[in-house]
Amino acid sequence: MTNKIIRHVLAEFPYQTPRIERGYANQTLYVNVGTGEIKAKPVSDEMKLKFTGGKGFDLWLLWHAVHDDTKWDSPENEIVISTGPCGGITQYPGSGKSLVTTVSPTTEIITDSNAGGHFGPLLKFSGWDAIEVQGIAEKDVMVIVDAIEGKVTIEEMPDAPNDTHLLGRWLYDVLAEKPQEKYYIAMVSAGTGAEHSLLGCLNFSLYDRKRQDVRYKQAARGGPGTVLRQKHIKALVVRAQPFKGDANHPADMERIARVGADIQREIATWDSVQNRMRNRGTSYLVEIMSDYDLLPVNNFKFGSHPQARDINGAYWETRVTQGLPDGCWYGCTVACAHAVDGFELQTGPYKGHKVIVDGPEYETIGAIGSTCGIFDPDAILELNFYCDTYGIDTISYGNTISFLMECYEVGILDQEKTGGLELTFGNAAASLEILHQLARGEGLGKIAALGVRKAKTYVIEHYGADPQFVQDIGMENKGMEYSMYMGKESLAQQGGYALTNKGPQHDEAWLIFMDQVNNQIPTFEDKAEALHYFPMWRTWFGLCGFCKLPWNDVVDPKNSKSAEPAKIPHHVQNYVDIFSAVTGREVDINEIIAMSERVYNFQRVFNIRLGKGLREHDYPPYRGVGPVTEEEYESRRERYDQQLREWLGLDPDAMTLQEKMAAHRHYRTERYERLMDAVYERRGWTRNGVPTVEKLKALGIDFPEVLAVVEKKLRAED
Amino acid sequence: MITLNKREELEWHEGLTVQDILKQKTFTYPHIIVSINGAVIDHDAYAETLIPDEADVRVIHLIAGG
Repeated sequence: MTNKIIRHVLAEFPYQTPRIERGYANQTLYVNVGTGEIKAKPVSDEMKLKFTGGKGFDLWLLWHAVHDDTKWDSPENEIVISTGPCGGITQYPGSGKSLVTTVSPTTEIITDSNAGGHFGPLLKFSGWDAIEVQGIAEKDVMVIVDAIEGKVTIEEMPDAPNDTHLLGRWLYDVLAEKPQEKYYIAMVSAGTGAEHSLLGCLNFSLYDRKRQDVRYKQAARGGPGTVLRQKHIKALVVRAQPFKGDANHPADMERIARVGADIQREIATWDSVQNRMRNRGTSYLVEIMSDYDLLPVNNFKFGSHPQARDINGAYWETRVTQGLPDGCWYGCTVACAHAVDGFELQTGPYKGHKVIVDGPEYETIGAIGSTCGIFDPDAILELNFYCDTYGIDTISYGNTISFLMECYEVGILDQEKTGGLELTFGNAAASLEILHQLARGEGLGKIAALGVRKAKTYVIEHYGADPQFVQDIGMENKGMEYSMYMGKESLAQQGGYALTNKGPQHDEAWLIFMDQVNNQIPTFEDKAEALHYFPMWRTWFGLCGFCKLPWNDVVDPKNSKSAEPAKIPHHVQNYVDIFSAVTGREVDINEIIAMSERVYNFQRVFNIRLGKGLREHDYPPYRGVGPVTEEEYESRRERYDQQLREWLGLDPDAMTLQEKMAAHRHYRTERYERLMDAVYERRGWTRNGVPTVEKLKALGIDFPEVLAVVEKKLRAED
Repeated sequence: MITLNKREELEWHEGLTVQDILKQKTFTYPHIIVSINGAVIDHDAYAETLIPDEADVRVIHLIAGG
C-alpha cells in the first residue's frame, strides 16, 4: 500500500534518537509547518528543576514562542505536547498521559488538556521530551517523527481522509511496513468538525492489538483541535522503535517495580467491589451523581433524573465489550478505557457503517446526554462517535446544545431561527442534525460551533436576548464550558471550577463531596486550603505523565483510618516514590506541591500577559451558583426555603418567590466574593488575583520577563 | 433529633438504624465511613446498628473523584 500513496516531503530533519536518561530525552522538537524549519532544542537542568515536564515544559516553550498580543490563529501560536519524566512507565498504572497546551480559540488564554493514548510516551522514546508546532502550512500536511528512519518530516499526503476514524486506519496502513509495527505508531488528529468550529478536540491514538484497529483518547478542552486544523495539520505522527519496560532508564527500577506491585494488588482486590472501573469505566459516576443531585440535567437546571438509570454504569457494563485490555497505555490495570464494538450508525455521512465507539466516559454521557435531557444510550453513542471523528469536544458541544435548547424553550430561538428544528430538551435527533451541520459549516451548526460564550453574544446581538439572563444560564467561565458536576450547593466546587487557570474543568479541584455532602471544609479558610492543595496536587499529574484515576478511584479501605482520607496518603507516597525512582531526584510531598505551584503561578502570569487572568475573569455564571429561574427554585423549594431560614434568618412564608430568589442571589454571590478573597490570599496573590513578586521569588520563577508582567499589572492596580 | 455531618438535624425515632439514614438521604455510594458519636460502624452492621437520640452521626463519602 505504501508505494501507491502520494507523499510530498516538504522538509526533512535527520536525527539520532538519544538514550533516555532518568525519564528525560533532554531535548525538545521544534517544527514550523509554515517555514519548514525543524530543529532540536536542548532541555536545561533549570528547565527540569523548575518546570518538571509535561505542562511545565509546554508552557515554558509556548511562553517563548508567542507575543503579548498573540491570538489563537496567529502564526506564532503553537500546539505543544509533552508527557513528562514518568510518562511511559509500564509498571505503575496510568503513566501514559500527554499534556497539550495552546492559546485557545474559545478562552483566548492558555488552555491545557490531557489525554491517554500512546503519542506522548512514544514521542519521548523517539527522542523528544516535547514537540512544539508553530506556523500555518499552505496546504494540509502531516508532521511525522520517524525514529526508525531517524528523521522528522513535514509531508503533504493528499489522499489522507479528514475524519479521525478513517484517517487513523489509513495512516497506520501507510506507515507500518509490517503489521506489528502498528503497535509503535501513534498520531494526534482532529477532523472536519474542528475545521468549522472553535470546539475542536485532539484525538490521541492507540493501536488495539486484539481488535486490530486504531482507537482514540481525547485532549479536548479549549479547542486545541481547532488550532491544529487552522495550521492545516492533519496529523502529528510518531513511528517509534519497539521498546522495553525500562525505556525511561530510571534511577531505581526496583523501587518502581515494588510500588507498582503494591498498587496492582490493590486494584485487583478492590476495584470489583468499589467503582468497577475495569468493567464500566468512569460511567459509574452517572447514578451516583443523580442520587446526590449533582448530575447536570437540562442545562444544569436540575441535578437528577429518573431516567439516569437508563444511562448509568450498570447499563454501560452490559453494553461495552468486556474482557479486552484497555490499551490506553501499557500496564494500566485500572483499565477504564472501554469501547462499544460493531455500533451501526443511523445518521450522517457514515450512516450504515459499523464502528467502534470509544467510551462513553462519564463527562460525555453527562454533556451530550443528561444536560441536553437525552437519556437514550444509542443517541449518546452516535453523538459520541461523531464528536470524536469530527474532532469536537463532547463537553463543550453538549453544553452549547443545552444552552441553545434552553434558548429555544424560553423563546429566544424559534423554528424559523433553528431551520425548522424543534430544539427542545431531549431531542437527540436535533442534536445530531446540528452536529452534522457543524461539521459541514452550515445552518445552526455555525452557532453551535462558537461555544457557549460566543453563542451568548450571538443571541444577544442577533435575536435581542436579555444579556443578564443569557449570561446567567450559559454554563461557561473564561469562555470554557463546564464539565459535568452541579456545584450550586458547594461553594468550594464553585471555586474549584471558576478560580482556575484555564476554566471550569474539574481536573483542578473536585470538592463536591468533601464540601456539600461530608461538610469537611466548612469555613472559608478550610475551603481556601482545599482550593490550594488539591489544584496543586492535581496539577502535578500533568507535569509527570500521570493519569489522576489510579490516585483516587480505587482505594484500599484502610485509607479511611488515615489522618486525611481525602488526600489518600498512601497513594501520594507511591507517587513520591515513583518520581524519585525515575528521576533520581529525591522529593517529598512538599516538593511535589512546590513543583506544581511554580507551573501554576507561571500559567497565571501567562494569562495576565495575554490580557486576562484576573479577578474579573474568575466569576461563574449564576446558574452554577444558585437558582436562575422560578422553575429551578420551585424544583428545590423545600431546600431553598430552609436555607433562607437557617442561613439568613428570613421567613420564606412571608416572601414572594422573586424576593426569595433575590435573597439567595445576594447571599450566594457575596459568599463567592469572600471565597475569592480567601483563596487568593492562600495562593499568595493580590485581591485582584495577581501573583505577588514575593510569591514568584519564593517559587524561583522570578525571571525578568515574568516579573515584568506582574510588576506592570501591580503598578496599574496601585 | 440527631446531627448529620455536623450540619443537618434529622428527626429521631425509636429503632432508627444506620441503614434507615442512608436510605432517607439517598446515600447510595458504597464507599463510605459511618461513625456514631465517634465510633466507626462496620459496613456489615448498618442494618442492625441503632442510632441513639441526639447522636452525632458522620457519613463520610470516600470519593474524591472527577
